[in-house]
Amino acid sequence: MLLNIKNLHVEIDGKEIIKGLNLGVNQGEVHAIMGPNGTGKSTLAAAITGREGYEITAGEIWFKGTNIVDMEPDERANLGIFLSFQYPVEIPGVSMTNFMRTAINAKREYQGLPPVPAGEFLKMMEEKKNLVEIHSKLTNRSVNEGFSGGEKKRNEIFQMAMLEPSLAILDETDSGLDIDALKVVAKGVNQLKSGENAFVIITHYQRLLDYIVPDFVHVLFDGKIVKTGGKNLALELEAKGYEWIKEQHLFEA
Amino acid sequence: MEVQQNDNILEQVTTSDYKYGFYTDIENDMAPPGLNEDIVRFISAKKEEPEWMLEFRLKAFRHWQNLSEPGWAHIQYPKINYQDIIYYAAPKKKSLASLDEVDPELLDTFNKLGISLEEQKMLSGVAVDAVIDSVSVKTTFQDTLAKHGIIFCSFSEAVREHPELVKKYMGSVVPYTDNYFAALNSAVFSDGSFCFIPAGVRCPLELSTYFRINAANTGQFERTLIVAESGSYVSYMEGCTAPQRDENQLHAAIVEIVAMDHAEVKYSTVQNWYPGDKEGKGGVYNFVTKRGLCKGRSSKISWTQVETGSSITWKYPSCVLMGDNSVGEFYSVAVTNNFQQADTGTKMIHIGKNTRSTVISKGISAGRSNNAYRGLVKILPGAVNARNFSQCDSLLLGDQCGAHTFPYIEAKNETSIVEHEATTSKISEDQLFYCNQRGIDTEKAIGLIVNGYAKEVLNKLPMEFAVEAQKLLAITLEGSVG
Repeated sequence: MLLNIKNLHVEIDGKEIIKGLNLGVNQGEVHAIMGPNGTGKSTLAAAITGREGYEITAGEIWFKGTNIVDMEPDERANLGIFLSFQYPVEIPGVSMTNFMRTAINAKREYQGLPPVPAGEFLKMMEEKKNLVEIHSKLTNRSVNEGFSGGEKKRNEIFQMAMLEPSLAILDETDSGLDIDALKVVAKGVNQLKSGENAFVIITHYQRLLDYIVPDFVHVLFDGKIVKTGGKNLALELEAKGYEWIKEQHLFEA
Repeated sequence: MEVQQNDNILEQVTTSDYKYGFYTDIENDMAPPGLNEDIVRFISAKKEEPEWMLEFRLKAFRHWQNLSEPGWAHIQYPKINYQDIIYYAAPKKKSLASLDEVDPELLDTFNKLGISLEEQKMLSGVAVDAVIDSVSVKTTFQDTLAKHGIIFCSFSEAVREHPELVKKYMGSVVPYTDNYFAALNSAVFSDGSFCFIPAGVRCPLELSTYFRINAANTGQFERTLIVAESGSYVSYMEGCTAPQRDENQLHAAIVEIVAMDHAEVKYSTVQNWYPGDKEGKGGVYNFVTKRGLCKGRSSKISWTQVETGSSITWKYPSCVLMGDNSVGEFYSVAVTNNFQQADTGTKMIHIGKNTRSTVISKGISAGRSNNAYRGLVKILPGAVNARNFSQCDSLLLGDQCGAHTFPYIEAKNETSIVEHEATTSKISEDQLFYCNQRGIDTEKAIGLIVNGYAKEVLNKLPMEFAVEAQKLLAITLEGSVG
């Protein structure tokens, strides 16, 4: 199993947000995590990637056979975990090209490889830019600086394509995207999908899942996965909303 | 370990009694501690200077005696006892036998900066074989420069070989009466560089590599004079990106630049003197007076500085825009970490018509350091249509450091336009995590973000130094975010 989360508990400022979550993801799978706002979806992404301030009070996160809960965020990234941010930050004065080269070389260093030759790197940039239909000039600009909402999200997928992670977590990548941008993002993800990697797609709405078809849909509520199903579960949620899940869950509790 | 060594050396140099008797034995390599007229005469005699040079020194010394140390800068340090300092010591012989004897931490930094082995030896004070590349490099340079009629030599040599030029220009931009440290330097300066570019000549070399080879052991009271005649151009690079071993605590240098009609001088500095240890112990006091005079019409002087070293930095590279249409520029990155203090900025004095100045200052503070920008833009009544644009940005790392901006604007001509912009920002947790998530560790991330922030200024540096300066910024801030 690529990712195996066991009985995960996560606190922010002493308040428990994730309350005993279990999730298993195999290579080649696409998992969607859905749920109403404030149920812990983004917290889960932060806990997997090791963000400061998200304290894991109990449980384990196994990735490629290692429990990564005590690992630094950059090491987790180099091990193959990628997060497409809901709100990508701007880094003024740092060109996308320079940023990407630094990231790629950090990963290569981690793998014991020499820095990527300039020619090879530029060729790779061109290739991956086409994949997400990124405007050529975008990579000369500073990281996310002055990018539109859609450009930022496409830039996230571009970075994912460059770094070729084993596990990509897409945190609300669809929010703020118009339908054309959504299709571009989905196309990028679908082309990167392989039997080797896996995707965890965090979303509030079903519409992204029309374009990226999940193998599993999980409903997160009150810090736990309360329901798991196939792609049809997403459609059901879209039609019925989350209320029935809440009622069912509260009833069971 | 390095710190302790430095302290010991400092202590030895500053407290040891002079053992051999002073007045009788002029062959000694070191003056006794303290400063009086005899010491000034001793220095001048040691350097075999002509009478006029001694007179200049003595006038400066007498003036200095009537001055008191300035206290207006935003810096704090224990009172300096000027009678404890040794004002003359002959250049030290290379004393270490091989790089194995050099502090490994220093070597580590050299390697991070990508400094060649030969140069590492030179900088760390290891004896180098007689036949090394730099000797031939030096000769080649001198030939090339001579062909163009360019004079580039040590200040002492200039006093001997070109007394008429030195007499004419020395003190014409920074008179010895200018300030406390300028007076001190004028009295006791050890050596420095002299550069003369004849009319119409575009200096074919970056006067940097040359300087780098020759910069060692110029002493703590350095003096530089650059004269660019009509229509000439020179780019001059001072200093070294590598941390130099330095036994002197007080540095008081003077740099004077004169630019005639249509002449252009670019002066770049990368300053990385010993900044003191993490507890704020030791480190160099860098009290420097740098000023350029745009004397001729349409002349231009640009200062670019990257300041990462010294425990205290006090310097304001300035431009006096006297010629009509002359241009002054100041691009600065000042980084302070741990307990470092910097009070730095510029003065742009607009005298001539249509004079223009640009000031871009990027302050970066980390640790418990204090970083102040202090700048004066002065538009005199005759400076019709003068323009200034100033931008002062501060970047804070952590919450125990300080950033301060002291802009002074005096405009006495109604046709002038003066703009001032200032920002203060922090490296956010979000930015760091974003980099971390892409596999970039926190130290590399800070380096990346800081270099991005300082890019506007770093772009102004000569190419060959820009890369090292970038690495230097990252190294200076290592360990600044825990």
